Amino acid sequence: MNEALRDLYQEVIMDHSRKPRNFRIPEHTNRSAEGMNPLCGDHISVHLHLKEHHIDEIGFQGAGCAICTASASLMTETVRGLDEADVQILFDKFHDLVTGHSDPLEAAEQVGKLAVFAGVSEFPIRVKCATLAWHTLRAALAGREGAVSTE
Amino acid sequence: MAGAIRIRNRKVMHQVHGMNTSLPKVAPKPQYDLARVRQDFPILSSKVRDQPLVYLDNAATTQKPQSMLDAVARYYSAENSNVHRGVHYLSVLATQRYEDARKTVARFLGAAPQELVFVRGVTEAINMIAQSFVRPRVGPGDEILISEMEHHSNIVPWQMIREQTGATLRVAPVNDRGELRMDAFTELLSERTRIVSVVHISNVTGTVNPVAEITRLAHEVGAHVLLDGAQAAAHTPVNVKELGCDFYVFSGHKTYGPTGIGAIYAPFALWEEMPPYHGGGDMIRLVTFERTTYNEPPYKFEAGTPNIAGAIGLAAALEYVEALGTLQVMRYEDELTSYLLDGLRSLPGIRIIGEAEQRAGAVSFVLDSIHPHDVGTLLDQEGIAVRTGHHCAQPLMKRFGVPATTRASIGLYNTAEEIDRLLDGLTKVQEFFGHE
Repeated sequence: MNEALRDLYQEVIMDHSRKPRNFRIPEHTNRSAEGMNPLCGDHISVHLHLKEHHIDEIGFQGAGCAICTASASLMTETVRGLDEADVQILFDKFHDLVTGHSDPLEAAEQVGKLAVFAGVSEFPIRVKCATLAWHTLRAALAGREGAVSTE
Repeated sequence: MAGAIRIRNRKVMHQVHGMNTSLPKVAPKPQYDLARVRQDFPILSSKVRDQPLVYLDNAATTQKPQSMLDAVARYYSAENSNVHRGVHYLSVLATQRYEDARKTVARFLGAAPQELVFVRGVTEAINMIAQSFVRPRVGPGDEILISEMEHHSNIVPWQMIREQTGATLRVAPVNDRGELRMDAFTELLSERTRIVSVVHISNVTGTVNPVAEITRLAHEVGAHVLLDGAQAAAHTPVNVKELGCDFYVFSGHKTYGPTGIGAIYAPFALWEEMPPYHGGGDMIRLVTFERTTYNEPPYKFEAGTPNIAGAIGLAAALEYVEALGTLQVMRYEDELTSYLLDGLRSLPGIRIIGEAEQRAGAVSFVLDSIHPHDVGTLLDQEGIAVRTGHHCAQPLMKRFGVPATTRASIGLYNTAEEIDRLLDGLTKVQEFFGHE
């Protein structure tokens, strides 16, 4: 298997896809949303507790590919404790990273451990896998009803 | 003696789909010249990711032979004109080519030319039959019967009819092998059933449905029968008169022809009683502002300038398949399918989705703990094209309890070496994800 694949499936991503963190519905939640990618059938739900604009608890459920699952897992680890505005800033930077719209080295400093997703930019068809959890999180924060879709 | 048995079994396999348990593990070879056939398809010699392309996504669309491409180019470069109107040379020529194409496509199905209507493909075909034929005939209390293995294109048009008319949609279940449960199907059939619409060959599991029997049973209760031949035409001999069905539909791009063209067969008498689907030019006899009289079938159902080049290309594609022999193609694809299934079964941690006794060359599977999307991305890096996802058959995915599958689907030009490369690729995928 080639270099691009090694970049895509970093060790951290493989680890999180096999053993997703926060793969549960937290006891107390006041926001949740469902997200799906109708093209591949990936489906996840994000559940969180928002306290004075801060995410103080978050978990997710569902089934997806390695990229999708790892992204959801790492996202929940990263956004816990952040306020809504910071989540939006982080999402924008993450999105630039996976779509190849930012310098990977610069981005790495800005997104922390989410930098392992830089390899996704070489696989445009997989961007939706990496961003599904984030779109779902944003829908949950916005209190939008119904499922979000990547299409 | 063992040899004799083996030969007899192979003979049996030649007659019906999928007697795949008795085949020795030798690389299958077709009766036709495979190397030459592969040269006839320009795209097959291309490289993907620096490796020779292995194209195993034929259930999504097939590749195109040069003779088909030439026919389309010849039409546009030397024969292009509108059909059925002009008195000038080119218009007469184009009309003749278009109507010759209709004859070829009709012959391919064992039908008469006036029984064949050109459409964009199976989706438009099913929508046309649903709206023009079924909708005026059904209301509350009437039933439409489909199966659990249908493509979304044979589900959604009927849900629309249900909403529009109040008719009931019934779904015949499949068993764990992915076969239609004929006991349940028979039970669901009744005098209330107005139409039975089922797939001839499943695009997910490759299951070959007993469509002649289904037709016979449906006719016994007075229901009409629509068969979705998208995965069958050009993979197995089809004779609509022998099947006895009321409608048979297929898409050109899955039969080595162009996209945007397909066909519906129906007996002429059915076409005659059906109101038109689209109104416009070419489908009329006389138009006044008070009243319009329609042209006769099949023209009544081909409003507007048709896909002339598409029809000509489709005919050329079907002529290509006919020249190889549809039966020879089926036999070879059956052997290659057995070879693929044997190889897949020898892999650890694999589940084949659909193990029908009567089957064709669409083979779905899932690998333990590895999502089909990841499989697809890794195989793509090896130059191997397979389909991953729900294959527009979400209810069937649900039936088998999987969100998606990886599907390899065979065409007449695939080789045993390509199957070997797929199997090697899958082993690499399992190594990569640490699930050897």
